[in-house]
Amino acid sequence: MLADGLPLDVLIGAWVATGLTLFIYTFLYRDNPLFKLGEHLYVGISVGYSIVITVYAVGVKLLWIPMVEKGQWQLLIPALLGLMISARFFPRIAWLARISFAFVVGFGAGTIIPRLISSNVLSQLEDTISPLVTMTASGLTYTMDFLDPKSDINNFITLIGVVSVLFYFFFSVEHRGVGQAIARTGIMFLMIAFGAAFGYTVMSRMSLLIGRFDDLIMFSGAEYGRPTFVLLALTVVVLAYWVYREKQAFRSTVEEKS
Amino acid sequence: MCKRIVSFVFTVVVMFLSPLASVVVQAQLQPPQDFRVMDTPNDGGRSLTLGWRASTFDGPSLQYRVLIAMAVEGPYQEVAAFSNNQHFQKDTKSPWWAHLFEQNNHRFDLKSGGQLMLSDGTPYWVKLVIDNGMDSSETQPLSATSFPNFFNWAQANNLLLLILFTVAVLFSILRARKNPHGFLRRIEGLDAVEEAIGRATEMGKPILYLTGSAAMDNPSTIAATVVLSEVAKKVSAYEAGLIVPHRDPIVLAICQEITKEAYTQTGHPDAYKTEMNFYITDDQFSYTAAVQGIMLRERPAAIFMLGYYYAESLLLAETGHEAGAIQIAGTDADHQLPFFFIACDYTLMGEELYAASAYLSREPVMVGTLRAQDMGKAVLLGALILGVAISTIGEIFQTETLMYVAQVFYDFK
Repeated sequence: MLADGLPLDVLIGAWVATGLTLFIYTFLYRDNPLFKLGEHLYVGISVGYSIVITVYAVGVKLLWIPMVEKGQWQLLIPALLGLMISARFFPRIAWLARISFAFVVGFGAGTIIPRLISSNVLSQLEDTISPLVTMTASGLTYTMDFLDPKSDINNFITLIGVVSVLFYFFFSVEHRGVGQAIARTGIMFLMIAFGAAFGYTVMSRMSLLIGRFDDLIMFSGAEYGRPTFVLLALTVVVLAYWVYREKQAFRSTVEEKS
Repeated sequence: MCKRIVSFVFTVVVMFLSPLASVVVQAQLQPPQDFRVMDTPNDGGRSLTLGWRASTFDGPSLQYRVLIAMAVEGPYQEVAAFSNNQHFQKDTKSPWWAHLFEQNNHRFDLKSGGQLMLSDGTPYWVKLVIDNGMDSSETQPLSATSFPNFFNWAQANNLLLLILFTVAVLFSILRARKNPHGFLRRIEGLDAVEEAIGRATEMGKPILYLTGSAAMDNPSTIAATVVLSEVAKKVSAYEAGLIVPHRDPIVLAICQEITKEAYTQTGHPDAYKTEMNFYITDDQFSYTAAVQGIMLRERPAAIFMLGYYYAESLLLAETGHEAGAIQIAGTDADHQLPFFFIACDYTLMGEELYAASAYLSREPVMVGTLRAQDMGKAVLLGALILGVAISTIGEIFQTETLMYVAQVFYDFK
């Protein structure tokens, strides 16, 4: 029984969302027609959507309006560079596209490399350069608080970690003897960091899964017409029929061969 | 008796006059000394910087107020107020070579934002008021114009390091040209490239190559496309199949050129097909779903996942594992590396991906660059150890003099 208050678009949305979620989840069993349906719909919609967004956000908003309404005709230069990429469709002038590619790669690398030096190299270095002892009013002390990221012991651990990991990434030095010990220490630090990142990311993925289940549970309500139960049953039936057909086709193939 | 009367009268007079004396002292509240207004250096514009000498009156009970106007005669609008023990040059994160004032002098940056809208090229008149709640004193208004700067001197150390690194790269390339067979440490994942392509050839199945989810301006995408060139050369030599689905149209177009070039170089231009590289969509998860489908339908014998990845990393790597392919992954996305570790046969971590093209091609330019990177890392390692030593000595002797050396390796925005 459908509630009178729910608008039709909400109802359709609930049914489509539930169906596509279940179709995509069937991939957990194996590749099947329902997954293909979900996949192709997903790809098609996303491509269509991104074309509309690009045409409006770039073509109209960033190019047409500033040029025609504000007279910013210098935008013809990037427009021309963009058009030159399309020259690839015409073999005789396809070489023009390379100018645009060179611009994209050169400009991209040129702008990002100073930023990377600043944020990945110098910031890292700056944060690692910390005193290994602390001078207080009562004299020289050594703080051993592991929970304080700025304690002396943690500064020392950070220093060992950065030095050993940096050494691991030396490619023209053979990792033997002391070098091997330092490189192995670096690997240990890396693995600890990756373990922490793994746990953190898995937890965030779990929240995504919970989000989907939350929606499926919500759409199992009578006010939506119980799409979760109906479409789940339909999915199971279609999958069972598809497996049955596959087995039949396989048997007939084997029989034909024998 | 007379003395007592005189003493009493004196006391009364002093008691009566003391508040007045205070007022007299307060009336002598001096305006801020050595007041200067200028365009904020090393910035993108729309900001003015004020500087003045720390007053002997300074303390939390006194207040500075900043007034601004479009003309010298006003009207002046108050845009900032703060107590006198705030905003010093030493509070500003800038290196010693970019200091505007002495460390103990006041410095305040008037930035465009909120109710204050500054325009570049427009002269503004600024004056500073010192206020103790009962009385106030102000400076003469000074004019300054903001404008954006082409060069950020605070980051001149970045340029210095870049120049030094460029010299090291050129030097290493020259050396690599003279001795192209110099030592390079073994990386298992790269040794397995040949094995993976050979396996695909034997099984008669294609190779799936993914260049990641980032655009062409990302260093890991650039590295992935360079490695694609080497992989495509080997694939064409073995006459195996190659599938390269893309998320970014620019990366697609560049990879088409790279693949075509690789097939031509190995003498198999006829074997090249434009459809080897194809575009799916730029949406993250629909691209992932499509590639998962390709993995299970085409059943590639080898899968290369190089470049920058986001949350799709595990979905792709796990499906590739299910498809039974030998998988070689490489990324500098540190949060995705653990997923590649658990689901792939070989994983290139961070800089190993950048080194991959040099390993596979052994071209002097790339090998030289790799050696120069090692030299750069050695310099940074030395700076790190020296910096920590300087910092520790500075802490023990309570001096910041030595930190001027360490600041050369600091990051200043």
